[in-house]
Amino acid sequence: MDKLTGLFNEINSIVSHPADAVKKFKAETGNHVIGCLPVYTPEEVVHAAGCLPIGLWGGQTKLTKTNKYFPAFACSIMQSVMEFALNGVYNELAAAIIPAPCDTLKSVGQDWLTAAPKVKAIHIVHPQMSAIPAGIQYTKSEIIHIKNEIEEITGKKITDESIHASIDIYNKFRKTMREFAQVAAEYPHIITPGIRHMIMKGSYFTEKGRYTSIVKEIIAELRKQNKVNWAGKKVILTGIMAEPSSLLDLFNDYKISVAGDDLAHESRQFRTDAPDAKCPYERLARMWASMDNCSLIYDPAKKRGQMLIDMVKKTGADGIVMCMMKFCDPEEFDYPIIKKEVEAAKIPLLYLEIDQQMQSVEQVRTRIQGFSESLGQ
Amino acid sequence: MSEKLTSKELLTKLTQKHYADAINAKKEGRLVAWSTSIAPQEFCETMGIEVLYPENHAAAIGAKGGAIPLLQHSEGNGYSLDLCSYARINLGYMETQDCCFENIPLPDLIICCNNICNTLIKWYENISKELNIPMIMIDVPYNYEYEVTQARVDYIRGQFDVAIAQLENICGRPFDYQRFEKVMKISSEAAKTWKHAMDKAALLPSPLNGFNIFNYMALIVCMRGKRESIELFKTVAEELDELAKNGQSQFPGKEQYRIMWEGIACWPYLSHNFKTLKEYGINMVGSTYPGAWTLLYEANDLDGMARAYAGVMNNTNLEKQVDLRTTIIEECKCDGAIYHMNRSCKLMDFMQYELQRQVYMKTGVPYVMFDGDQTDPRNFAKAQFETRIQALVEMMADRKKNMEGK
Repeated sequence: MDKLTGLFNEINSIVSHPADAVKKFKAETGNHVIGCLPVYTPEEVVHAAGCLPIGLWGGQTKLTKTNKYFPAFACSIMQSVMEFALNGVYNELAAAIIPAPCDTLKSVGQDWLTAAPKVKAIHIVHPQMSAIPAGIQYTKSEIIHIKNEIEEITGKKITDESIHASIDIYNKFRKTMREFAQVAAEYPHIITPGIRHMIMKGSYFTEKGRYTSIVKEIIAELRKQNKVNWAGKKVILTGIMAEPSSLLDLFNDYKISVAGDDLAHESRQFRTDAPDAKCPYERLARMWASMDNCSLIYDPAKKRGQMLIDMVKKTGADGIVMCMMKFCDPEEFDYPIIKKEVEAAKIPLLYLEIDQQMQSVEQVRTRIQGFSESLGQ
Repeated sequence: MSEKLTSKELLTKLTQKHYADAINAKKEGRLVAWSTSIAPQEFCETMGIEVLYPENHAAAIGAKGGAIPLLQHSEGNGYSLDLCSYARINLGYMETQDCCFENIPLPDLIICCNNICNTLIKWYENISKELNIPMIMIDVPYNYEYEVTQARVDYIRGQFDVAIAQLENICGRPFDYQRFEKVMKISSEAAKTWKHAMDKAALLPSPLNGFNIFNYMALIVCMRGKRESIELFKTVAEELDELAKNGQSQFPGKEQYRIMWEGIACWPYLSHNFKTLKEYGINMVGSTYPGAWTLLYEANDLDGMARAYAGVMNNTNLEKQVDLRTTIIEECKCDGAIYHMNRSCKLMDFMQYELQRQVYMKTGVPYVMFDGDQTDPRNFAKAQFETRIQALVEMMADRKKNMEGK
């Protein structure tokens, strides 16, 4: 376990001190760090410029200034992001890429201009009709816009070759993370829900080539371990994200492991690879067009419920946990359909409200305990 | 010869006709669509499909005090109280098909354009899934730049082609381009006539009672592809001209203050809101509604049509939104502004504080904000509204006094 523990400690240190990761990268490379807001951004282009893309998905903080921009009913990730922005926490960043997949993020992209004037806002709006030829063309134009903005920051051209190379690194990263998610489920006694989440999260603050190597090492070390008969229960997590980590510790307390996830912060980021094509922007546009089963991606067939049911069947999970990000419209609209389908399939479903600023998890404890009991523990 | 109808009579007649036509179409086995309020209705109109507008329907239900049972029905199905109340009313109605207003037929297809918010996409996805009917999606990317870029226009144009192909498939006949040209002409004419009539609000004193915009609006949403809407807005304009000529107004009492109203109406409390304002002689002469349906383009100019639908107010960047409000306040000579912090509309809400600050910086016009909801009566308190209006009146009076002093 020693090597694994060492790897976990390394990631824990990255996740606990993202600001250090930013400073270290800048000191070592002399290059810029660029923030990427949820949910999807073409990080590959940032990577190709030699910059470090880092995820800005909020975190636990005391909200004191954010009410200058938002009423109380704004999504808790964006409340934290805005608080950090107003407190100058992001001032080390050269820019922040802000997509607009929901009404809240459209607003954040505009509010940012006065809330964080020192951090250049780079906007992107992904198309919802992404697979039609006009959609592919439009996505390409938006990604080229990102490229132009980054070139302006670095003063250097980003070549097609370098984007191709970065896409290949990201495809390897995505494949490795999918493998990790699968292997992690085989070792629930080692990969607790908290550790699993930490390993997913570490990727947001580390250059992806390096992170792929770390995760590959973890997978290799895990495979050397003995598998045990898991006496607890297994669940699939779905939603935007599962934080704070104290929430995940509760799952551990009640011997509930994570068999797989459909979280925007985790698996949705690496479910889809960029296909091959001559033009790197075409590759990224086609990847976007292939992405699916996310509340922020147009789907009138609403396949997500069935996907979750299939995940339960495939992994042998005992139930599904809906991690409902407080005030997240897209997820709240998906929920009634998922609920209906999952209940019809007689799969236990737990609805948990997620708030990054959650001070106490005791109320959640009662719900997880009740769910655990209903699963027959 | 029959006497010419007043705008009020015409509005009632056309509203009744709008719903009756859809009900008859359903009975006769013709297609009925549901559409978002600023979607390109031109396509369905061309194909002779009767189109109904759930946002309007929900607003009418809210105004008539019938929202609660439908909201609760949706909440019982797992829809969060935090979601748009229009959506919750409509998704509830979709199952009960019973409300205090017209019972509209269920759609055979839906058409969604997200130029006013992305919430519509999620709402309409759920209708499509639950009713197992086709959805036509016109995705209009948010404009973080001041103008609509050509890349966006091209993307939207591409979707028009997809929408036409979908309609041909659904209707089982080719798209009628000749009729399309006529519909485009009518729609553009209706938009111009609407704007012409609503612009009269800016006259001093205003011949328009601003709250009547909320009534007229129903028709610019529902019938802007039909000739009858042109007739209505022409009548409105003529009546306003006549009133202005005689120094009269639809607004009861003396117009002491003129304000801009930001946001959707608070439908369940429309009468209360109006009475509160009227008490202080406040006329709502400025609002973003007139501009929202001023969709101007030349017939057969599909690029222009794409640009018009992409450039609607909610879809524009903050700078442009600030400029729009500043223009309204200046052109309509407003003394103050009322901002509705509408619990249902996150897109409007989450830029609103900054919007308030920037508009104030540019105009110096005092403002207040109140908490409310477009159709969920549980999210509004009469006392707060009244207190805020009192405060606004004091600020407006002070400002007037100071300006007179100068």
